[in-house]
Amino acid sequence: MSSALETRPSSRPAPSIGGREISAAIIWLALLFVPIWLPAIGGFTDLASRVLIYAMAATGLNLLLGYTGGLSFGHAAYFGLGAYGTGLFIIHVIPSMPLALIAGTLLGGIGGILVGPMVMKRKGIYFSMITIAFGQMFYFLAVRWNTVTGGEDGLTGFSRVPLHLAGESIKLGPARFYYVVLALFAAVMLVVWQILRSPMGHAFVATRENTTRLRFLGVAVDKQIWVAFAISAFITALAGSLNAMLTAFASPDDLQWQLSGSFVVICVLGGMRSFWGPFLGAVIYIAAQDYLSSVTQNWMSYIGLIFVLSVLFFPQGLLGFIKGRGRS
Amino acid sequence: MLYSAFNGLVVGIFYALMALGLSLILGLNGVINFAHGTFMALGGYLAFTLEPYIGFWGGLVVAPLLAVVVGLAVERFLIRPLYGRDPLFSLLLTFGLAMIMQDVIRTIWGSIGQPFALPNYLNSPLSSSMFFLTGFRLVVIAITVLVTGALFAVLRYSRIGIRIRAGNADLETISSLGVNIFFLRAANFGIGIFLAGVAGILAAGQLGLSPTIGDSLIMPAFVAIIVGGVGSLMGSVLGGLIIGIASGLTAAFFPVAQEVVIYVIMAVVLVIRPRGLLGQEGLFE
Repeated sequence: MSSALETRPSSRPAPSIGGREISAAIIWLALLFVPIWLPAIGGFTDLASRVLIYAMAATGLNLLLGYTGGLSFGHAAYFGLGAYGTGLFIIHVIPSMPLALIAGTLLGGIGGILVGPMVMKRKGIYFSMITIAFGQMFYFLAVRWNTVTGGEDGLTGFSRVPLHLAGESIKLGPARFYYVVLALFAAVMLVVWQILRSPMGHAFVATRENTTRLRFLGVAVDKQIWVAFAISAFITALAGSLNAMLTAFASPDDLQWQLSGSFVVICVLGGMRSFWGPFLGAVIYIAAQDYLSSVTQNWMSYIGLIFVLSVLFFPQGLLGFIKGRGRS
Repeated sequence: MLYSAFNGLVVGIFYALMALGLSLILGLNGVINFAHGTFMALGGYLAFTLEPYIGFWGGLVVAPLLAVVVGLAVERFLIRPLYGRDPLFSLLLTFGLAMIMQDVIRTIWGSIGQPFALPNYLNSPLSSSMFFLTGFRLVVIAITVLVTGALFAVLRYSRIGIRIRAGNADLETISSLGVNIFFLRAANFGIGIFLAGVAGILAAGQLGLSPTIGDSLIMPAFVAIIVGGVGSLMGSVLGGLIIGIASGLTAAFFPVAQEVVIYVIMAVVLVIRPRGLLGQEGLFE
């Protein structure tokens, strides 16, 4: 069923002529006008920014998880590194948003580049275990290195700095910040789309499907996983940087393994084999989390229930489920 | 120095017990049991509730068995449908289960930590010069040695133990030889949970009870398995003790790094010897 061909985004059978393009266009249009329609139905724009940030992180993770088959369970580490990098840059270097975003992204990405070689030789569940453990290392660094990171209280003392463009300073309210996030999200989606269409993307999928055969073809499989790991860490770190901007706060929770698990479940919920899966998963997950945490104190167990139920009944994710329906 | 090393050793024992159970389940069931920490907390809390009726020693036997009952139900109804599927799914499942169970424990027993009463004769130091050597700590060591020894004896000599080891090597073959691998995997899961329950009670006596008691121990247990080498139970024990002692010593001299040091050890081991100290060749490679 899940052959390399099927998961190649460019070759998916379209239900009707241009059906894929139409649904993509609808999604982008809806995203473009979020600050207009979301408050009208009782949401707030920052929530949409959060959805996009989580969707970005999960899309980055999914490049490794869904397409390359590296079951990373420690991606919160790179999210958190991005957040702390951004915060520290604004506090200690220059209060400039683009530079701070770059700094955070670089910090998280470099973290991924360093951890990659230590995990790339491992497979399956053992890969997960090592990535979890490394994620936890960064968590304890953040909690214990009080003087730099603010310890358990998290890093505060920075805020969303105005964007300086052509000599003018633009203050970023919720709506403007949303568009910054949306632009970066679109850029990330474009990059991931291009990667998946490139020979490198095909090598990623081939790594997932049949490592042994790929090795016999003379492809350095370990290096493929390393590259996928690094790219996905960069993307997740960018999402983390944006999250620090959104909340004006970097918390050790940004590095916790619970968050890593959330990213994975977002991918699974939406559909790990689908390009839009992580986005859809993020919409569901953030909406559920926002709703549940306002209704009940025990929202953690409901989130846990989402994990259990999606694994038992929706292993293909929502998009995989719909696609499967359409074909049978 | 001796004092901190000994402190670390006691903590390392908890790591080792956790790692042993996790390692067993990882081997035969192919599942990273994220809920191991909450099973451990469950064992501790059950013993806490039962203590007024059957005493500490009774609780030490009965509570892990009750945790095993819960564990077997989980294995039967939640984990069994996932065998043979992508390992990611069982991981997510136990992950979600851990969240649910922690909330349940919090609802039943409250979120505030509870002191776990020990028999008085266990709480007093044995001598004034060795003030840190309380009776309970010796009991912890003795029970761990006993349980670990019993486990290795079972795996070495009993029929089911031999089958578990054979199943680790090749589950398909022993299945075709007529071994009921469903029963075998359930039994193996149960043994792992039993170890978690025992660890929970011992840790509760040492560190006090809280719903998150497992959280602080499960990550080091993962590290213990990685350091010791996946596929080697002896390695998991060794790994647990090494990182426990290392973390105890670091806590004395450089307390800020007491958690980070175990991950540094892990990174060093992974660079120098990627399969861990006693790990088997070719497993998960």
